[in-house]
Amino acid sequence: MKTYLPAKFIVERDEARCIQCQVCVRQCSFETHYYDPEDDEVCSREHNCVGCHRCMLFCPTNAITIRENPRDYRQNFNWRPEVIEDIKKQAETGSILLTGMGNDKEYPVYWDHLLLNAAQVSNPSIDPLREPMELTTFIGRKPERVELDPVTMDLKTILAPQVELALPVMFSAMSYGAVSLNVQESLARAATAAGVMWNTGEGGFHRSLQKYADNTIVQVASGRFGVHPEYLDAARIVEIKIGQGAKPGIGGHLPGEKVSEDVAMTRMIPQGSDAISPAPQHDIYSIEDLAQLVYAIKEATNYTKPVSVKIAAVHNAAAIASGMVRAGADMIVLDGLRGSTGAAPKVIRDNVGIPIELALAAVDTRLREEGIRNRASLVVAGGIRRSTDVLKAVILGADAVYIATSALVALGCTTCQQCPTGKCAWGICTTDPILTKRINPEIGAERLTNLLRGWSLEIKDMLGGMGINALESVRGNRLHLRGVHLTDTELEVLGVRQAGN
Amino acid sequence: MRNLSAINNPYNDDKLMSACSIFGAMDTSGKPFSGKRVIDAIRNMHVRGNGLGGGFAIYGIYPKHPDHYAFHIMYMSNEAREKTESFLKERFHWDHVEEVPTFKARRISNPPKLWRYFLTVGSSKHESQSDDDYVVDRVMEINTRIEGAFVFSSGKNMGVFKGVGYPEDIAEHFGLEDYEGYLWTAHGRFPTNTQAWWGGAHPFSILDWTVVHNGEISSYGTNRRYLEERGYVCTMHTDTEVIIYAIDLLVRKHNLPMEIAAKVFAPPFWEHIKRMPDGEQELCRTLRQVYSGLLLNGPFTVIIAHNGEMIGLTDRIRLRPLTVGEKGSMLYLASEESAIRLIEPDLDKAWIPTGGQPVIGRLQSSDKVLQA
Repeated sequence: MKTYLPAKFIVERDEARCIQCQVCVRQCSFETHYYDPEDDEVCSREHNCVGCHRCMLFCPTNAITIRENPRDYRQNFNWRPEVIEDIKKQAETGSILLTGMGNDKEYPVYWDHLLLNAAQVSNPSIDPLREPMELTTFIGRKPERVELDPVTMDLKTILAPQVELALPVMFSAMSYGAVSLNVQESLARAATAAGVMWNTGEGGFHRSLQKYADNTIVQVASGRFGVHPEYLDAARIVEIKIGQGAKPGIGGHLPGEKVSEDVAMTRMIPQGSDAISPAPQHDIYSIEDLAQLVYAIKEATNYTKPVSVKIAAVHNAAAIASGMVRAGADMIVLDGLRGSTGAAPKVIRDNVGIPIELALAAVDTRLREEGIRNRASLVVAGGIRRSTDVLKAVILGADAVYIATSALVALGCTTCQQCPTGKCAWGICTTDPILTKRINPEIGAERLTNLLRGWSLEIKDMLGGMGINALESVRGNRLHLRGVHLTDTELEVLGVRQAGN
Repeated sequence: MRNLSAINNPYNDDKLMSACSIFGAMDTSGKPFSGKRVIDAIRNMHVRGNGLGGGFAIYGIYPKHPDHYAFHIMYMSNEAREKTESFLKERFHWDHVEEVPTFKARRISNPPKLWRYFLTVGSSKHESQSDDDYVVDRVMEINTRIEGAFVFSSGKNMGVFKGVGYPEDIAEHFGLEDYEGYLWTAHGRFPTNTQAWWGGAHPFSILDWTVVHNGEISSYGTNRRYLEERGYVCTMHTDTEVIIYAIDLLVRKHNLPMEIAAKVFAPPFWEHIKRMPDGEQELCRTLRQVYSGLLLNGPFTVIIAHNGEMIGLTDRIRLRPLTVGEKGSMLYLASEESAIRLIEPDLDKAWIPTGGQPVIGRLQSSDKVLQA
């Protein structure tokens, strides 16, 4: 069947600069560039181009420019090019439209409507270059009060397990299989160097990464891949994954061709078999079932580590979160509308869930109203792009954030959304043995460590500017935010005042 | 419900803060002394205030009624007094009632009436509730429900006198030179809004706890939410209010000594905690982890007092001043050393505590001065 889909990108090659070195041919995993020996010329199959910019950045003579193909259909607000092409694609394939990354639609990004405060006159700002500035965060259940022995004044309170973070940022779950082992190693090394956590996702915990166990969160998800006693014992935090922001209510499917011998061993499944993560966890059909799994994991690990429960931010997230805390979760994770994935049905990614800022504000408020906020740490994920997003999240009430796309972008990702194809030219979202070599874990870890360092310096600068020298003093301190361009209802949900008011 | 915040914080600012002069003097032998020297000392820091608030707390002031809750209630109208008195009659036993005598002071205008009541808890208290909790609840009730009435002192054998004016004017108005106590704290205020309301002056008080405060609590939002989660209602929207509730929670409800509460309000830095010996490290870490919502961040100096104890504390990087003077059994705390030197030129010792280190004066039956 002839495709009616136009090329999305135009590849411009400056013939005066091109030296026919064919770097672009070798770099493009989508076979956009090819060499024609008869004409001694490098040419393009523009239909294949995904706009990932790999060739552009590796061309030694800067001969390549990638531009969006304008696809100038007759203007129509309703029948936009994306809508037309989605229909054509389905007419040609008869299948669900699959995509990667997170929701890219024009829903409000509330972070960009929230402004931070600073100290002037009545309190002095603090210079982080001269004074200590503390970002240390502890994940885990906190008791209501501290008890001392009335005679000796010795500490009687023994805290539930706590995990220390040097800054309130962790790497979110990305499984081995979805991303390459080199990506996971980059994350694990960086987390260890920066004093934060990385998350294995549900693809098991590869043997070669066990040395980073002290900075590792392992996931127990619906597929239960690679879950065994040593897996649980090794981790600092065990996370039960109920859902994720990119595809709330939807399971996962790692195609058999990605299940190499090594992936198979780590996931504890036969090589080449499809790895199916069912939509629900089949032993959790209710909140009391969740409590059973939480406590089964706590029993199995002898109450030595926090147990986290992760959900997608859905409409009634506040009520669900309250139930999760009461079910024994020591950390709850909300993954918002912008949360990313290696593969999701496009309609789900783009239409299900709620913005993380609203979910966060609602959940934090609810847990405080119920007087149970201290029982669990609150972590948010999905669309955290920069240090200001992190700080604003903490001010809205989060203990910490998870980042995944930001981390991948630091490794080279340009968010071209081709994750489900397994052909990632940046060597990130693939298990192809040649492509995965494009990520060098040493350099990858350095890039990620640099990113975290830069963010941490920026957060310290902003805190100091507010005249505050410990992150806990802005946690939930929504007086330090003001809203612009928001409706009264949005301000009310966010618990934030209008700027100027 | 009467909206105290609207009276105290008419522009609906995030919070009210106060830049000020503060002073405290305690005779740790328990011997009472007159207010004369305290008034001289606070007057010496006149320029640190702007005439929009001054006040004093005096301990050991009512030796004839040591076991009665001494309520100081400010009335804006006779009707408010009638309502309040019928409220009190139903809930307390009265021992003695009188209008607090006042004197003509040049710079004081439109003072409200101040009455004092010496009360014991009535039979309407539920058995399971402590007398103190009962009193706190009734004070909150009067302050939030009865228009034109405000309780600004409710402890035993102590009293708060405060109002709109320079502290020396307030002292003149109430004739404080003629009162005696073994522990005095004083405050001259430089508020950031101009509403003249007598209840908004320092000291802030609940039961026999008082706080005078110079500073701004930048962590106010976090502190307030933490306290509201635990049943406190921040009616006045001032940052000083959260300090008094935080003390009530930690010291009265959680039974922690003041030295420990100080480690919550102005905790050591994590880098410092990591270098402490094991036991202390564990304690400081646990306190910070559990009470992170009560860290008072931002520039502040406070003098906290209750029967038998006076505590001076600054924020952990000491962004507001505090000087300590010692002479025999006398302990002085002040924003400026000049205030102490004026009334006690020949000090045994004068020093500046480091940030976050509480200076605690106790009646001599316990430790005299503790630098934790």
